[in-house]
Amino acid sequence: MVATNVSKSYGAGEFTKQVVQNCSFTIESGKLTVMIGPSGCGKSTLIRLLAGFERASSGTITIGGKPVTGPGLDRMVVFQESALFPWMSTYDNIMFGPRARGEDTPEMRSFAELLLQKVGLDGFRRKYPSQLSGGMQRRAELARSMINKPDVMILDEPFRGLDAMTKRLMQEYYANLYEEFRRTTFFVTTDIDEAIYLADRILIMTNIPTQVRTVIDVDLPRPRHIEDITENDAANAIKMKALGLLHEEAMKSFAGGSKAAADFIDAYSRRMVKG
Amino acid sequence: MTETSPVQVLTTEVPRAIAVDSGAGASLALAKYRLSLWLKSPRPYLMLIGFAGFLGFWYLSVEVWKLPRFSQMPGPTEVLHEWFSKDPTYGLSIFIPEYYMHIWVSTRRIAIAFFLATVIGVPFGLFLGWSERFKQFVFPVFEFLRPVPPLAWVPLAIVMFRGSETPVIFLTFLASFYATALNTMLGVESIDVSYVRAANCLGATRWQVFRHVIVPGAMPFIFTGLQISVGVAWFSLVAGEMVSGQYGLGYVINTSYTMVRYPTIIIGMATLGLVGYVTSAAVRLVGDYLMQWRTRELALGGDR
Ligand SMILES: Nc1ncnc2c1ncn2[C@@H]1O[C@H](COP(=O)(O)OP(=O)(O)O)[C@@H](O)[C@H]1O
Ligand SMILES: [Mg+2]
Repeated sequence: MVATNVSKSYGAGEFTKQVVQNCSFTIESGKLTVMIGPSGCGKSTLIRLLAGFERASSGTITIGGKPVTGPGLDRMVVFQESALFPWMSTYDNIMFGPRARGEDTPEMRSFAELLLQKVGLDGFRRKYPSQLSGGMQRRAELARSMINKPDVMILDEPFRGLDAMTKRLMQEYYANLYEEFRRTTFFVTTDIDEAIYLADRILIMTNIPTQVRTVIDVDLPRPRHIEDITENDAANAIKMKALGLLHEEAMKSFAGGSKAAADFIDAYSRRMVKG
Repeated sequence: MTETSPVQVLTTEVPRAIAVDSGAGASLALAKYRLSLWLKSPRPYLMLIGFAGFLGFWYLSVEVWKLPRFSQMPGPTEVLHEWFSKDPTYGLSIFIPEYYMHIWVSTRRIAIAFFLATVIGVPFGLFLGWSERFKQFVFPVFEFLRPVPPLAWVPLAIVMFRGSETPVIFLTFLASFYATALNTMLGVESIDVSYVRAANCLGATRWQVFRHVIVPGAMPFIFTGLQISVGVAWFSLVAGEMVSGQYGLGYVINTSYTMVRYPTIIIGMATLGLVGYVTSAAVRLVGDYLMQWRTRELALGGDR
């Protein structure tokens, strides 16, 4: 999947707000590309463009050489906010895609079984989303997307808002899933440790209007372990470099008086001191 | 690649079978569980105290203190005596077949009007919420007619419809229809776009989105609307029955007034309250049954 000189602005005339500017990047096939950038820089906006829910103001987005014109089964998006259907059980949520396409086949059902096991929801197939914990909901949502075997998986801050323990567990589940299926993935986060643990490539974004500032390749061997990453010198070097860049970008919006960015800097500088 | 790894074969029939039995069995168990919780909570006892207080106040103010403006009113002893008498002074009690005829006629009118208001109001409301264009045409007219109370429609209803039955049903239908349609529309509008996006993303057609996202997503609002709808149906029914008809609880109250049978008025009112309460409770039960996804209690324990 390739984005070339993509720009997106909202509003018109003097109210125009440029959110994405001249942004180009490639989501390489079979790899896990992580995008990281300060909050509010325009990551979710980029995702809506990749998903095909909104059109870019200029520039092109292609998948396998063909331009993206709307939502499609070749791309599955897991949104920042949970979008499991509250009125369907876990199992019915997961089978929604196949059933919508008239593919409620034995193969699909056994694939659903496999996924239920992989995401640890085997015993929760009949539960409704409101009866699952936040982490379980995210895993159900992952399974609901993966069953469609998309060419590209697009995940927008999927583990945001989970407590630290759950988040770590989710990262491990997710890394296992990725390592097993090796589906081309675009993963958006604001958490540098998460980025390094998961990524093959990291795109570091500039502040709003956003574009790619730097691309860092992460050559750590797989399977990875969270404990090893904190000890690993190469990982720490990547972390330092990335944090330096993110800090600079966040400072720009701090100068612009953004409260969110101020909090962001604060959080990261405290982490840097600790780490 | 690795997804072709040997899939552990499980009996694929399992989920279907489970999906079938989860409905009735689980909701019966849930009903029992709730009943036992309810009996253990202070609620039923507070309810009894509430009713006792209400009856006590009535008894004291009418029969003991004989407050100035209350002297004409029948007291609870007189009413209860009349209501449960084998040979009622004013001709209406639980032993008189005509009593059940009145209840039956009113209930049947409510059922017909409520049914019509639901089968017309729900699709109408869904469509109002679903299609911006349709709403632009119709909603202003709807909002213009809605504040006109059923009672104001009485003359036109009598002119427009033949017989005594249809005007009453029409009047009863009106307010129910507004409540149902409006709540359904708000229900559709309240649905988070992210559900529609998710369904689109998963390959659902426009019709599938409507069937599997819009309808269930609006369901909580629809049932709020239906509960309001049965309530207002009784309101307008009584208004209608006071004007036309030969049977029904509204008719009982009105004729008893002209014929100065005060205890019978109270019997009519109390019966209305009772039957109205039962119909609202029935609508709520159906709603709970259809929307089990909203009941978190079912999460107790694992499920295998
Ligand atoms: N539909 C929209 N209309 C106007 N501004 C928008 C819209 N969507 C996003 N924005 C603006 O774009 C900026 C980036 O938002 P978003 O893409 O959600 O950031 P991120 O996901 O990186 O936190 C925000 O400042 C927001 O105000
Ligand atoms: Mg975002």
